[in-house]
Amino acid sequence: MSASFRTAAGGRIDRTKRLSFSFDGVAYSGHPGDTLASALLANGVRLMARSFKYHRPRGVVTAGSEEPNALVTVIRDDGRTTPNLAATTVELYDGLVAVSQNRWPSLKWDVGALNGLAAPIFVSGFYYKTFMWPRSFWKKVYEPQIRAAAGFGEAPKAADPDRYVNRFAHCDVLVIGAGPAGLAAAGAAAEAGARVILCDENPEFGGSLLTDASATIDGEPGAAWVAAVVADLAARPNVTLLTRTTAFGWYQDNMVGLLERVTDHLADPPTPLPRERLWQVRAKRAVIAAGALERPLVFPENDRPGIMLADAARTYLSRHGVAAGSRAVVFTATDAAYAAALAAKAAGVNVVLVADLRREASPAAEAARASGIRVDLATTIEATSGGRSVESVRLARIAPNGSVSPGETVACDLVLHSAGFTPTVHLYSQSRGKLRWDDARGVFLPGEPHEDVTCAGACNGAETLAACLDQGHAAGAAAARAAGGAEVAPRTCAASGLSIEIGGHLGEVPHGRDASRVKCFVDLQHDVTAKDVRLAVREGFRSIELVKRFTTTGMATDQGKASNMNALAVAAAAMGLDVPEVGLTSFRRPYTPVSFGAFAGVNRGDLFDPIRRTPSHEAAAALGAPFEDVGLWKRAWWFPRGDEDRHAAVARECRTVRESVGVFDASTLGKIEVVGPDAAEFLNRMYVNPFLKLGVGKCRYGILCRDDGFVYDDGVVGRIAADRFHVTTTTGGAPRVLAMMEDYLQTEWPELDVWLTSTTEQWAVVAVQGPKAREVIAPLVEGVDLAAAAFPHMSVAECRIMGLPGRLFRVSFTGELGFELNVPATYGAALWDALLARALDLGGCAYGTEAMHVLRAEKGYVIVGQDTDGTLTPADAGLGWAVGKAKADFVGKAGMARPDLTGPHRKEIVGLLPDDPKCVLEEGAQITAEAYPAKGTHALGHVTSAYWSENVGRGIALAMIEGGRSRMGTKLHVPMPTGPITVTVVDPVFWDKEGKRLDG
Amino acid sequence: MLLITCPWCGPRPEIEFAARGEAHVARAAPDADGEAIAAALYLRSNTRGLLAERWRHVYGCGRYFNAVRHTVTDKFVATWRVGESRPDLGGEGTR
Repeated sequence: MSASFRTAAGGRIDRTKRLSFSFDGVAYSGHPGDTLASALLANGVRLMARSFKYHRPRGVVTAGSEEPNALVTVIRDDGRTTPNLAATTVELYDGLVAVSQNRWPSLKWDVGALNGLAAPIFVSGFYYKTFMWPRSFWKKVYEPQIRAAAGFGEAPKAADPDRYVNRFAHCDVLVIGAGPAGLAAAGAAAEAGARVILCDENPEFGGSLLTDASATIDGEPGAAWVAAVVADLAARPNVTLLTRTTAFGWYQDNMVGLLERVTDHLADPPTPLPRERLWQVRAKRAVIAAGALERPLVFPENDRPGIMLADAARTYLSRHGVAAGSRAVVFTATDAAYAAALAAKAAGVNVVLVADLRREASPAAEAARASGIRVDLATTIEATSGGRSVESVRLARIAPNGSVSPGETVACDLVLHSAGFTPTVHLYSQSRGKLRWDDARGVFLPGEPHEDVTCAGACNGAETLAACLDQGHAAGAAAARAAGGAEVAPRTCAASGLSIEIGGHLGEVPHGRDASRVKCFVDLQHDVTAKDVRLAVREGFRSIELVKRFTTTGMATDQGKASNMNALAVAAAAMGLDVPEVGLTSFRRPYTPVSFGAFAGVNRGDLFDPIRRTPSHEAAAALGAPFEDVGLWKRAWWFPRGDEDRHAAVARECRTVRESVGVFDASTLGKIEVVGPDAAEFLNRMYVNPFLKLGVGKCRYGILCRDDGFVYDDGVVGRIAADRFHVTTTTGGAPRVLAMMEDYLQTEWPELDVWLTSTTEQWAVVAVQGPKAREVIAPLVEGVDLAAAAFPHMSVAECRIMGLPGRLFRVSFTGELGFELNVPATYGAALWDALLARALDLGGCAYGTEAMHVLRAEKGYVIVGQDTDGTLTPADAGLGWAVGKAKADFVGKAGMARPDLTGPHRKEIVGLLPDDPKCVLEEGAQITAEAYPAKGTHALGHVTSAYWSENVGRGIALAMIEGGRSRMGTKLHVPMPTGPITVTVVDPVFWDKEGKRLDG
Repeated sequence: MLLITCPWCGPRPEIEFAARGEAHVARAAPDADGEAIAAALYLRSNTRGLLAERWRHVYGCGRYFNAVRHTVTDKFVATWRVGESRPDLGGEGTR
């Protein structure tokens, strides 16, 4: 098509340069300054999309981010494919490739349009009504079909290769919107010396002044005033200017999320630039100058391509030099559309007539008549015709009594309509500011604020340029003053220019058609009509929030910016209520869609989550060990030799530890250094165990409960000196144990002179376990007599290990003779290498977390969080012996004494042996008294740990069972899908019941 | 995101803090009866209005402190250090 809709002159485009682009594979050209929408209109393309439900042909309706119809996919490559972009906000660049959505096989011939014939079944809630029966069809038939047909656009096929960054910023005054009000506010705040951030979603600052050639401010043309203000702001070091930046979300205490689109408008984005920048701005004060959105008229068949908002058409003329058609009918409820009519006429468009819903001729109507435009008062449009473009409208007269009689049919290729303007209160409402109903104008306006925020300009109800400027200046000055800035003198501007009318017509217009059949679209993006909204009311929905969800009006990607007020008015009329009685639906973040990339920022791939590696990680990887994720840690699972599988490797490791020796990286254990004159008293109060009499150089297995008396964590506590303890915690428990200790130290017993330091990452720990453990470590340790009598089980010593300052513990989590060697973390790899080399020489091996688990289970050692679940007392866990019953108080003492926690039906940890020795139970499996329990039978407990034990030669398990210890020797059952498994309840110690091996 | 004034460090964003429940709940004495223990462990005022709370500046100074927050407006009215006496806030709804 030829570029026949471009006006001869005018607009903020660079006519000296041409940009080529394609839409649905057809090549077109435009100019710098065009949007995709304006360039397509200039090329005579008005069919841009198919609607969601009925697949009706659709064209562009607006000239901004509120666009409901013209959604496209912009493709740079497989990973840089962005669906659902409003063509009205896509800036044209050379080589831009865009395709339409929601159509097959093509935009012009769309099979889905057959849905329109079935429209009677696509009523509100049709999913809930239509796809209920037969029930079995949902999963296999209905859902896949619906999913294939549903949704806008397609997600990109490849990972997003672009970079997204995150920036935190603070300012005194954040100004949102850089139209006349926002610029005036920013100017006043900047003059007061405040740190100002000014943002606007458009590529240029100026807002309505960019499209109003008639505007003058203090004698200057509006555009010149904009240029001067922007230049002044740009020169100030206390001002940050952000174009192409949408304030999308308001969070508590004036934290505002801004999305800056950095490179989407560029043909060849320079590599170092991120695609988008997410700003998290904390503003002392904020001024919202978000303007107002033109409200569509709801009339029969108001969705055909070529039917667009009047002010949008004026914007295309004045900003882009594009006349959206050649023969226009204007349909209005306010004066604002007359400006569009006059502009169209001036650009050579044949303006056939203005149909004005009002009965009286306003001055604007008289002026239009004077310039030769036909104006029909008390006139409505009750039908439109046309396929891929509107071809005609049928007028109708509204009699004084409200009755409507059909009038002439007028041929046209453009219908410009306007119901008035709605203040953009989205962000203000997100900030929890109250909205008040302006009854005279029929709009919601900002009321009592919740945050430190002010609204100025059209979003605050201002209609004239002068009012916008004055409100902006006052709001900016007041905000800066409140944020600690200087006083700025009040100012009023002498300004003239186009005005808008805040308010106007709400809801469906009068027409003579059958209201229960005709499609008067309210929400174009979700294909919701006025009769759909009425149906929802008729079916009993009274809450507007439920009407919204049932009809899905306002729930598309445009969030109903152009449609919500009309939907509300239609619902209110159907309920017989006034609009404010029905109330508003919530304005939700984000104002416009935000990419996942912007939210994710750099936190993707390797940076998604931190990874913690143990000192032996490289060595373990070299040995082919697989790693187990334990919290953020990567822990070696087992160390396969040759072609060993998991089972064989774990069995060998378990055997080797018991027969000779194994080394194990235990660095992930949490460690807390507890120091101070009252350290022993503090631990005595925190742990259930007594600690006052623990000798220097001795260790104790400590159990930590919460005040409710349930086991919270466990670990070995070693007394290094009279006033110094080395406390270990479970791998996952270190941060919460430290937080709990700090809590009690700071708030319960602040009189205790103790300090706590996390040392988890300061010490590397290697456990050496097995009969030959002493032999392995002896050559590496200086300053400790390792003889059994001199350094018995549960001893600790500060010493030199490989010449390093170290701490040696004689402890065991295997039941064998064992040591844990602590050295400064940076030497951990060297210690591992040395110990493993010694162990291998002596016939030992490295073992991983799986063997560690099996070995401790063979001894009945519980793992807090695996064998306990936060509802077991120490006694339940078989650890009652550890509780210092003579202590006056400790955390959990009162809690664990509660009657229900000491009764006979407590769940207790016991051992289980399956009757079939080869059977390994499933962890988590339920345990019952009967093999085939009736449905609904209460389970006695569940399996908490289950392994193949190579050393015992059979499957073993630990379980939590009601009254478990009273059931020793009895048979119970584990019902499984393959049949019940019979088990015998036994003591949980399966290996070396006397514990002699510990003393080796 | 809330802006919370740590009584040691000053105003900091919410992500640096951990909420630790209602303040001024005394631990049960070791010999307290079951009702008293249950009350101390589980019963909270669930106030609509001003509520005294414990917070911790966990990713900052690590200190626990007290705060009064309005549970409807979600605004902090006051924060103070452990051991300091509670500011007089009209005394409504907090214990």
